[in-house]
Amino acid sequence: MLKILKYTFADLIRSRWSYVYLAFYLILGFVLLFLNNDLSKAVITLMNIIVVLTPMIGTIFGIMYFYSAREFTELLLAQPLKRSTIFIGQYLGIAMSLSFSLLVGLGIPFLVYGVALSSQIWDFGLLLVVGAFLTFIFVALSVNIALRNENKVKGFGYAILLWLFMAVIYDGLFLISLMMFDDYPLDKFSLVVSVLNPVDLSRILILLKLDISALLGYTGALFQNFFGNGWGMLISLSMLALWSFLPVRLLIRTARRKDF
Amino acid sequence: MRLRYLAIVHFLILPFFVWASPVTTIPVCTSCEVQTISRALVLAAPHDTIVVREGTHESIALEIKKPITLMGESGAVLDGQNESYILMVLSDSVHISGLTLINAGRSYTKDYAAIYLSRTRHFSIVNNTIKDPFFGILIEKSHNGIVKDNVVISNRVREDDSGNGVHAWHCSNLTIQNNELSGLRDGIYLEFVKESSIEDNNSHNNIRYGLHFMFSNHDKYLRNTFRENGAGVAVMFSKFIEMRENHFVQNWGTASYGLLLKEIYDAEVEGNVFSENTIGIFIEGSTRINYTGNDFGRNGWAIKVSGGCYLNIFSGNNFMSNSFDVSYNTKMNDNRFESNYWSSYSGYDIDKDGVGDVPYRPVKLFSYIVNKTPESIILLRSLFVDMINFSEKVSPVFTPDDLIDNTPAMKRLRYD
Amino acid sequence: MIRIENLHKQFGKLKVLDGVTFQVQSGGVVAVLGPNGSGKTTILKTILGMVLPDEGEACFQDKSILKQWDYRNDIGYLPQIARFPENLTVQELIDMVKNIRSVEANEEALIQRFGLTGSLNKKLSNLSGGTKQKVNIVLTFMFDSPLLILDEPTAGLDPVSLIQLKQLIKEEREKGKSLLVTTHMMSLVEELSDEIIFLLEGKIYFQGTVGQLLERTDQVNLEHAIAKILENHA
Repeated sequence: MLKILKYTFADLIRSRWSYVYLAFYLILGFVLLFLNNDLSKAVITLMNIIVVLTPMIGTIFGIMYFYSAREFTELLLAQPLKRSTIFIGQYLGIAMSLSFSLLVGLGIPFLVYGVALSSQIWDFGLLLVVGAFLTFIFVALSVNIALRNENKVKGFGYAILLWLFMAVIYDGLFLISLMMFDDYPLDKFSLVVSVLNPVDLSRILILLKLDISALLGYTGALFQNFFGNGWGMLISLSMLALWSFLPVRLLIRTARRKDF
Repeated sequence: MRLRYLAIVHFLILPFFVWASPVTTIPVCTSCEVQTISRALVLAAPHDTIVVREGTHESIALEIKKPITLMGESGAVLDGQNESYILMVLSDSVHISGLTLINAGRSYTKDYAAIYLSRTRHFSIVNNTIKDPFFGILIEKSHNGIVKDNVVISNRVREDDSGNGVHAWHCSNLTIQNNELSGLRDGIYLEFVKESSIEDNNSHNNIRYGLHFMFSNHDKYLRNTFRENGAGVAVMFSKFIEMRENHFVQNWGTASYGLLLKEIYDAEVEGNVFSENTIGIFIEGSTRINYTGNDFGRNGWAIKVSGGCYLNIFSGNNFMSNSFDVSYNTKMNDNRFESNYWSSYSGYDIDKDGVGDVPYRPVKLFSYIVNKTPESIILLRSLFVDMINFSEKVSPVFTPDDLIDNTPAMKRLRYD
Repeated sequence: MIRIENLHKQFGKLKVLDGVTFQVQSGGVVAVLGPNGSGKTTILKTILGMVLPDEGEACFQDKSILKQWDYRNDIGYLPQIARFPENLTVQELIDMVKNIRSVEANEEALIQRFGLTGSLNKKLSNLSGGTKQKVNIVLTFMFDSPLLILDEPTAGLDPVSLIQLKQLIKEEREKGKSLLVTTHMMSLVEELSDEIIFLLEGKIYFQGTVGQLLERTDQVNLEHAIAKILENHA
């Protein structure tokens, strides 16, 4: 598996798109810091971008790479390798190369502006961790879609739809249901709903680390208690880990039963 | 009448006074001639000075019934033995300074204070340190007094077993200046206090409010700092209040705010800084208030308006990176926003006159939704919320459509 | 060497294999023929474990291959379309496949033979279709595998390389290897194959030598023989 990972990673890290992605984050990082000159404000703006963008890039990249690497995958399938080895290797290769672009692209400008010495280092670190998690989750989901759909256009459509659902539609439905049932106590409901979607969960995790946490507290102590302590953080991170793990399980199952 | 009274006093007291001591300063210490303050109080003539020397002096509910000056030298400590009040000032023209007061009593039925003043005039409480009291300085029905340079520090955690730092009730013409107040219920509490001035105080980490006003008219508070209190300042049921150049910082917490204005008329809120508060200013039922030249930075809500607020004018303020700039719970608006700087303003200025050519709408749809369904705050900064905010901005349906800043500033306004 | 029993496979509504049974002995070239969509590639891919049969059994060297993977150490496979990770170089790709197999490989001779020396450090995305096919051939033949499966090996090759390939196949046959080949190039079949398996509508229509097929269809060459079969069938 490490071999496949290594070569997929090597392949992707040299692709034009990786450079574009890396350059995008580099420019974004420098521009944000240049305009704001305030690390914590830049972290807030970055959060907005990361929470929306990393899932999108993960989805698009994941599905594009899998479709374009189909024949190569067949070559690998004819080699003495387990199927799970091949697919997990490729999945990790994509997810890691994207995460690498993210870490380096944002890491450099922020290091230059001295994030390592500031109190923002933990927020920034969390931001990167969350970005990496979202990348892994959405690459896994999109690889699943790619495996289940031979038709590229259809697969691409489903992938975009999935992203749109997680990033926008889910929140829309969430908000509507909150407004419809606002005669009932909604604290627990909203807590559960927001933990279930990795995009929402990531957003809230970062929000809580930033100084907006008291705003959340305004709706009642529940959010504060849940997210504010070590347990909430642990549960949230485990949830993200679970979100990364389950699609991979599904991916292995799908791959095992698929004809190439 | 008054003359006759004075004459009698002279006639009665003077011979005794001359016999006792020709000087007007009475030192108190264990090796002094006068060893206790209570003894000194008996011996002292009006307008004498009692100097408390270094050392710990027992002081349980000492009543000061003469106009005297009670001065502590360095290291002079009054110990209340956790019994009752420490000092009770019941006379006019009493001046207390330089003392450290510890172990005041604590009670659920009586408002024990380290220094208690009742029905006095022309007093001054200067440069004292009060440690862990129930109430720090409690002033009732007194006038023309100065409370200055004192430190009142406690470390209470519950509202019901803590008192206020400086507590004034039915007073007028007080000057409360340059005190440090922390760990109390309210840093400063004023009820029915008129024509007083609260200046340069530092009120921080109090359980409830940094400063609490009730039914107090024609007062002003200037250049104070309110940091990390349960809530910064509550001003309720008062008229003609001036609030200038104060700092309201990090009053975070559920339902916390920098400044609460409730049933206030004709006030000026000018040149204050509201930074990192859950709510910068929470306004309820307040009318004819001018908000000018204030800085609102990184608050949850810069201004939250809740019903019945008329003829308020917000002009020349800076709104920078607040989660919500202005929040309304009604579609009605009778307040004006003009020439403020809004950091989230995205318009342009073609004629380069420093004023944006497109009006700014400070109330976002999402803030309206959060008002109706508080739980929806969990969706803050999500893409969906940005999208509905944008669509509401383009065509307002839910938010007051006349709530517009027609002349938004392009650059942050500077006041020096 | 290969034993296929009663193989069934359906893709959606399309029945591709409908009870295929055959055996291939060790050594020699077996050509798998049949019209488009007759299931040639599906059979090859079943042997490789890429397609999972709905029903039936496939054995390689007397062991079932279903759900196994390490038997592929003994198989070389030349896929129909050659596409590789675009940003790797030829050398890296060869190293990778060697790395995966971790057995001896003699890629040097093959690289020289197909004139790829100059392309070794080029990125795969910059190679022409023919050159990619040559790389593909190198990858397939560089190991000493007892079984070679070639799916349309001549696609995109120039005449010189074609001759090289034929030579290569002959050499492998002489070494006693088994080769399973699909092709549309009948001359290749006539020249090289020891046995033909002819598939029609998911079933084995014929298995035997070229001579036997000609005899049976009463034709003088393979192309006509096959045309005749298809004619009769239609």
